[in-house]
Amino acid sequence: MPEISNAKGPMAGRIQVALIGCNHRTAPVELRERVAFTPQQALDAADELRRRGILEEALVLSTCNRSELYGVPGESGAMATDAMRDFLTSFHRISAAELNGRIYGRAGPEAVRHLFRVAAGLDSMLLGEAEILGQLRTAYGQALEHGTTGPVLNRLFQGALETGKRVRAETEIGARPVSVALAGVKLAEHVFGSLKGRVALIIGAGAVAEQVAEHLRNRGIGSLRVVNRSYSRAAELAGEAGGEALAWESLEAALGAGGHGGPGAPDMIIASAGGIGAFLTREMLERSIAARGGRPIFVADLGVPRNAAPDAAGVYNLYLYNVDDLGEIVEQNKKAREAEIPRAEAIVAEQSAKFEAWRQRLETRSVLDDLRNRFGEQREGLLRERLGESEGVSPEERERIARITGELIERILSQPAERLRNEKGMRGRVATIEALRYSFGLDATLGGLDATAGGLDETAGDAEDEE
Amino acid sequence: MTHLGWLTVACYAASFACYARFLYAPNPWLGRLATALLAGEIVAEYFVLLERSHGMHAVPYDDLYGSMSLFAWLLGVTYLGLETFHRQRSVGAFVTLLLAVWMTLLETLVPRTAPPLPPARGPLFAFHVTLNTWAYAAFALSFVLSVVYLLQDRILRLRHPGAAFWRFPALDVLERMARSSVYIGLAALTAGATMGLIWAHRLMGSYTLSDPKVMVTFAILVVYAAYLLISRSARWRGARAAALCAANFGFVLFSYTLVNLYLTKFHRFL
Repeated sequence: MPEISNAKGPMAGRIQVALIGCNHRTAPVELRERVAFTPQQALDAADELRRRGILEEALVLSTCNRSELYGVPGESGAMATDAMRDFLTSFHRISAAELNGRIYGRAGPEAVRHLFRVAAGLDSMLLGEAEILGQLRTAYGQALEHGTTGPVLNRLFQGALETGKRVRAETEIGARPVSVALAGVKLAEHVFGSLKGRVALIIGAGAVAEQVAEHLRNRGIGSLRVVNRSYSRAAELAGEAGGEALAWESLEAALGAGGHGGPGAPDMIIASAGGIGAFLTREMLERSIAARGGRPIFVADLGVPRNAAPDAAGVYNLYLYNVDDLGEIVEQNKKAREAEIPRAEAIVAEQSAKFEAWRQRLETRSVLDDLRNRFGEQREGLLRERLGESEGVSPEERERIARITGELIERILSQPAERLRNEKGMRGRVATIEALRYSFGLDATLGGLDATAGGLDETAGDAEDEE
Repeated sequence: MTHLGWLTVACYAASFACYARFLYAPNPWLGRLATALLAGEIVAEYFVLLERSHGMHAVPYDDLYGSMSLFAWLLGVTYLGLETFHRQRSVGAFVTLLLAVWMTLLETLVPRTAPPLPPARGPLFAFHVTLNTWAYAAFALSFVLSVVYLLQDRILRLRHPGAAFWRFPALDVLERMARSSVYIGLAALTAGATMGLIWAHRLMGSYTLSDPKVMVTFAILVVYAAYLLISRSARWRGARAAALCAANFGFVLFSYTLVNLYLTKFHRFL
């Protein structure tokens, strides 16, 4: 059972990220439903977390499969995850006992790695699915606009989006379809290219037909027709998908196999009608292809028993896949995705290290050390330059001058150190540190603390399975 | 092989590596890099051809080396044009592989000696040969596209797509690219052959239609025109048309090799 790995230790005063949440691995759907946030609730919760002083920056990510609170704790950093957990129970009016063992918590680099794995699709129910990246982008965009994020979360979520994009671009983890519905649609794309302007005929109106219709609609299918034995159900699905419902009796006409006067033969047929048998005969499909002037037809036969006659597979320019063919492809693709996990994890580790390096550079002690080193180098250079020319300075005097100038540096540094220690808000502290680093040229690569939505560009991906 | 020859092969090989990688991981920047490498190689090869033509005061096609270089260059140019027009990079791996192999054979097997200065034959003749070579390059491209089509069709029919399959271009895209390539080839060959006939008529007062090269050229025009006509018919559309297009390239190979080397009287390499 997951446990809160609380950030006990020297967290106070440091810039850290913390999270708590539950997902499909830790909580059943009944519990996930109860801790889910609507978009407005997510923003309200983030506001409340900040108002109560639990977090200085906050963001709530809520999808079908996970509810997670991300944030940057203030001075009470060590107890932040406990406070976030208490907040979650009070916000949703759930007893703490119900969440026992269902909630996980992370802080510091572990929290960063968790988010980057989520963005990469490595923590999804369906490995590598792309929907989560869009959900992450939306959640971040809304929080950014609402003003609940700050420099740290901005950097963190931009890094997460970059990680998600990199993983999908540089690995095969999300490349191949792992649902039968999408596999059918993808194969059709391998015959026709873009599905824009194409005609699809869906036979049956069950759950698989719904998924297919959604994928087709997302791909801008030109015309979608739905035929079902129950016309009302066909009309319902057609209405949802922006298509046209046809009566079962007009199936032949819908195939373009009924001579002139029909709506024209489709480019692709997705058949998933149950309990009828092979009603799509070889002859019907041949007539359909002939009605298309010999142009190919793609048929995904998802019905059991099969909807298309097996001997139709030999028809020229007919690409026929049955549910077993597609199932086998899906299994192969799942294995291929799993084989990509090490490469995806390597990208996550690289991106996490990048964030951690950035975060460490923002630590108060780090900036003071860097400033001390910079001033020390300049002092050494100046002493060498000036005292080297003066022949009358004894070694003792040189030592004394060096000690005095060293004390001067410490006195100069005491003011920014004091100010940073007393800086209450994370935004102010980070801004001061950044200003110091920029002014003294401590870190040329520190820039990019972009508080705008610059990293929110669209990423292509198949939203095949919802998070 | 010369340093420049190695550089040419290396550029095509690097471009091939990027295009091949792009098939598995379609990173847009990788695709752009592949295209940039190919474009850079084409620009560099252009200057090599220009340098060679400066010495001869003619387009460098009189010897086998020059002709093969020009062919490869025109193939690259045609492919880049089609890639841009159809916005499709996934065929690049196949084309650049062909180019890399072609240039390796050229640099290792074909003598690179400077040919004797050809007689001054005027711009009409230069256009005739260049356009014909361009046509051959376009037909070679249509051959590659048709072979990929047949491969893709076979995989789809076997219903066991492998890793690279998901990055292959769609059958429809391959067919359109192959047809575009054949259109270019036919237009170039028609114009080139016409210019050749006019040039021969001016020089000799006759059309020398009995030369094997001329006859094979007409045969090429006929078979590719037939492909364009029947590839949209109900009976031929699809894999059959792709097989026909691939088979037609046999005529081009015959014309470019056996005819040029042994059979023709007027079209031999120097």
